[in-house]
Order: sequence, then C-alpha cells, then structure tokens
Amino acid sequence: MTSLDATTDAARRPFPGRRARFGDLILQGTAGIAAVGALVLVGLIVWKIASGARPALHAFGLPFVWHVVWNPVHGREAYGAGSFLFGTAVTSIGALLLATPIALGVALFLSELAPGWIRGPVTALVETLAAIPSVVIGLWGILVLAPILRDHVDPALHSTIGFIPLFGPSSYGSNVFTGIVVLTIMILPIIASISRELFLTVPQELKEGALGLGVTRWEMVRGVVFPYAGGGVAAAMILGFGRAVGEAIAVALVLGDGLGIHLNLFDTGQTLGGKIALNYQGSGSGLETSSLIYLALILLVFSILVNLLAQLIVRRAARRKGLAA
Amino acid sequence: MSEMKGESVSSTIEAAVRVETKRQPLPPRERLQQVFDIRDLTAIYGSKPALKDVSMEVYKNLVTAVIGPSGCGKSTFIRCLNRMNDLVPSFRQTGTIRYHGQDISGRDVDPVAVRRTIGMVFQRPNPFPKSIHDNVAWGLKVLGMKDNLSDRVERALTQAALWDEVKDRLKASALSLSGGQQQRLCIARAIAVEPDVVLMDEPASALDPIATQAIEQLLHELKGQYSFVIVTHNMQQAARVADMTAFFSISRGEEGERWGELIEYDATEKIFTAPSDRRTEDYVTGRFG
Repeated sequence: MTSLDATTDAARRPFPGRRARFGDLILQGTAGIAAVGALVLVGLIVWKIASGARPALHAFGLPFVWHVVWNPVHGREAYGAGSFLFGTAVTSIGALLLATPIALGVALFLSELAPGWIRGPVTALVETLAAIPSVVIGLWGILVLAPILRDHVDPALHSTIGFIPLFGPSSYGSNVFTGIVVLTIMILPIIASISRELFLTVPQELKEGALGLGVTRWEMVRGVVFPYAGGGVAAAMILGFGRAVGEAIAVALVLGDGLGIHLNLFDTGQTLGGKIALNYQGSGSGLETSSLIYLALILLVFSILVNLLAQLIVRRAARRKGLAA
Repeated sequence: MSEMKGESVSSTIEAAVRVETKRQPLPPRERLQQVFDIRDLTAIYGSKPALKDVSMEVYKNLVTAVIGPSGCGKSTFIRCLNRMNDLVPSFRQTGTIRYHGQDISGRDVDPVAVRRTIGMVFQRPNPFPKSIHDNVAWGLKVLGMKDNLSDRVERALTQAALWDEVKDRLKASALSLSGGQQQRLCIARAIAVEPDVVLMDEPASALDPIATQAIEQLLHELKGQYSFVIVTHNMQQAARVADMTAFFSISRGEEGERWGELIEYDATEKIFTAPSDRRTEDYVTGRFG
C-alpha cells in the first residue's frame, strides 16, 4: 500500500503498489460532501414545508386537497387547494398541448429543413427565449398579450367555436387562456431546443436508408426520426410540463386570481404557485400561512411525481433501444 | 476506408479467370438494353470537383461494378444515379444522366420518384430500429403497397436469402441480427418496393467473408430481375460478381488538385485480363498504391 514497499521491491516488482494520491482525496472529499449536502438540503426543505403545513393539515386534513374554497375572513376561515390544483392542471396541460406541436415543428425545421445560414441565428434565438426571466414574460403577458387576446382572440374564438364549453364568454384579459399562452411561450423553447438536439442525433445513415426507398422527407421523419427520438422527446415534454407546473410569478400576474372549477378558459383562475406568490406576503392569520405552505407541499409532491414519471419514460425508452442494440 | 494492397495479385487474376469460365458470355453491347446513359458527368462538392467528365452506359439485368482507389469518386458517382447527393447542401453536378431516355439530373425531376425506382444499399448495414418484419414492411406501407403485405415481406426476405434464418423471429429487433444478416435485410428492404435498379455502395465492406459470399451469391440470383450497380474496393469481388466493370482513378492537376475520373469501362473479363489502359493494368495487378 505504501510507496516504501514499492522502492524496496523495485527490483522484483516493476510497478509501485497502489497509493492514495492527494488530488484524488480532495476530489473524493468535495464531491462526496456536495452529494450528501444536496440530499440533506432536499430533506430539510421537505421537513420544513411539512412542519409548516402541519396546522393546516390538522385543521383541514386530506379533504383540503380537493376543497374549492379560500376564505380568510376571521371567524369563517376555510381553505382548500381544489381550485388551484385544477388551475395548475388546466394551464400546464393546455400549455403542453399548445407548445408541443409548435416546438416539434421548430425543432424539425432547425434540424432537418432549414438552410445552414438560418439554423445558427434561429437556434440561438430559440435558446435566448428560454433564458428570459419568467417575471419579464409575465409582465409582457399582462401589458401586451392580455389586451390583444381580450380584444381580438378571445371574442373570435368564442363567436366561432363558442359551442365548445371551453370557449365561453370572455370579459377579462387576465384569464386562464392568457395563462396558458404565457406558459406556452415559456416552455416552447425548452421542448424545441431539446428535441432539436435529439433529432440531430439520428444517424444520417438511417435517414438515407429511408430516403433511399423513395419516401418523402416527412415520411422519413415520421418513420425514422420520431421513433428514434421518441423517448427523449417525451422526456423533454415532461420537463417543459414540470416547468409549467412549478411556474408561479408569470401565471400569478395573468390569471386574474379567480376561485372555482369551471370549463371556460376565458374566465379567471389561479394555480398553486401563483396563489402562494400572491398571498404569502399579506396572509392574515397563521392558519392562512399554514394553508399556503400546504399548497406548497401539494406542489412539491406533484412535481416529484412528474419527475419520476419522466425518468420512468426515459428509462423505458432506453431499455427498448438497449434491447434492440 | 483502407484500400486493399497488392498482396493477392495473382489470386485476383486467378479468381477473375476462374469466374470468367463459369460466366455466360456477354452479348455484344449494341444488343444490350441501356438503363443509364451518362454523359459528361461532373460532380462538385463546394469548390472541389469530386468527379470529372464521366461518360458510360449501364445495361439492364447486368451487374456493373465500379472499382478504383479511395477518393476516386466512385461513391459520389453512384449517389448521382439516384439523386442521393441532393442531401449534401454544397453539392452541384453538370452533364446528363439519362434513365431510359429521361434526364434525371434536372431540377424539375422529383428526386423522391427517382429514388423510388432506383433503390440503394449502403456501405454500413443501416436497418431501422424496428422489428425485422417492420424493416421490410415500412417502405411498402409508406409507398402504398399494402396488399398482401406479409407475402411481399416473405418474398423480399426469401429473395435476399434471409427468410429461413428469420422466419421464426420476424418480431425481433432488426438490430439483434448479425452484420451480414442486417445487410441482407437492407437488401430485402430495398427490393421489397420493387425498384428497377439497385445501387450498392460497398455493400460487403463491413462484412466477414461468409456474409460477403452470401451477398455475392444473391447478386447472381437476382440480376435476372434487377439491374445492379455495385461500388467495391475489393477487386476479387468485382471479378466474381460483375458483368461489366468501370475503373475510376484519381487524376492530379497542375496545382495539386485531385479529382476522380473514369479510366476504362469494359466487360469484366477484359478489364481484369487485358485492360487497354496502363493505369487499369497497374491497379488490377496491384502495382498501384
């Protein structure tokens, strides 16, 4: 083990024995501390949130999760997450449905179709979009997007396909639909840039093999590029979905802070994150504060579930490919 | 891509002669039906010419081999024949490539339709990450040949001499096959859609000798139905499988620029036993490079 042995035995043993090197020790130490530190941090966060939510958990129990109520008036206090859970689900799923096809289109254009001189600048632009702080997008949403949607898009949708309950009468610019559009803008660049990189990993040989059969580019994309990149694209979608679920500031600004479960996208709403961001500073009682922390607990569990699902999908896709290889 | 050296000069000639004795004599060229009539084909990547002034014909139901050293433009050449080079942004070409009389190199010709009729097998086996069955069936489905799908798949796999090996595991992944089986699957995939011509870009270069033999055997059996153009750096292979052989080589300009050129094109027997160009003789006898 020590270098002393190595020198005395040098004649018989051409290689010195194994020994601990200073650099390796430092690397191992710092990396180990960082890894343990991350675990401890997550544990502390969960513990702190759980303990903060305890009064609300005590007062409302599990039904808090689906109760549609938020009444901070003293003496008649009652809180529930139902409305915000619903708002989170609707805005996130809506954003995912809206963003995915556009993002895949952008990714395909940038990886397969665009001439070289367009690729560089547009790719950089898409990535810049991903880097815009959410509060800036939220502010833009309320100042620019909301009036446009209120004056032009919402009434048009209502008058043409208003028979679908989703597109009911509109009055406010701040509504669920605006929130969906803002979230779409936020998650689109994430899905697009990850998908673009995935599409670029599809071997040229496979694409040529398909094109050599005399199929069109689109048929090649559908038959070879999508299946090859499928698992990764699903993971990118869930990553975007996760960001939409966790987003607080941007949606808090544009949703109109409504309460209730309704199908009309042109009515106000609120999400878990948005409610916390809006109410925490001014929360009146200890019970309201605790209820807000309960919301955070639900959000945390929801995010973890989404994350696990993403890992499951990626692993299944990888296994399918692994089996194949 | 390493070129074979001259360690097997005598066996090359022997093999050529041996195969020749088994081969049907070629009818005179004017009695053969032309598939391609290529005139003054020049191919350029960026500003570098890869091929200059190639003129030759390709005949129906024959195997035409394209041989030559690395960098002589033989792959570029056959990729011109089905517009595969369209995928390379900096690529340009001049000259005409007539396929049964129609110039297919024009901008107004749909490359998708060209590739539909003129199939291709690539250097490295490139099966899709799908099942064995779906590798063959995918092209059929996309191209609308859905009637009797399983019959068509079976016929293609049989023609590619793969059916007996895979008939019990058609649902298994194509990537679970060996390299030689994968390449035969790619051949099955290419012939399933009933092309007229099959282009092969060094189809056996990544395979072991037994798999290579299987593919050469297959060429002999299938050339009654298709016309083959096969690029190979293996001279014995050309001698064994080809009816006609085109020898390409590298020419150097005064300022050191290099491009590929067609040196000699004739019946395989003539190329290997009595070439009329000195450079061909040097190459087939192994004196070159």
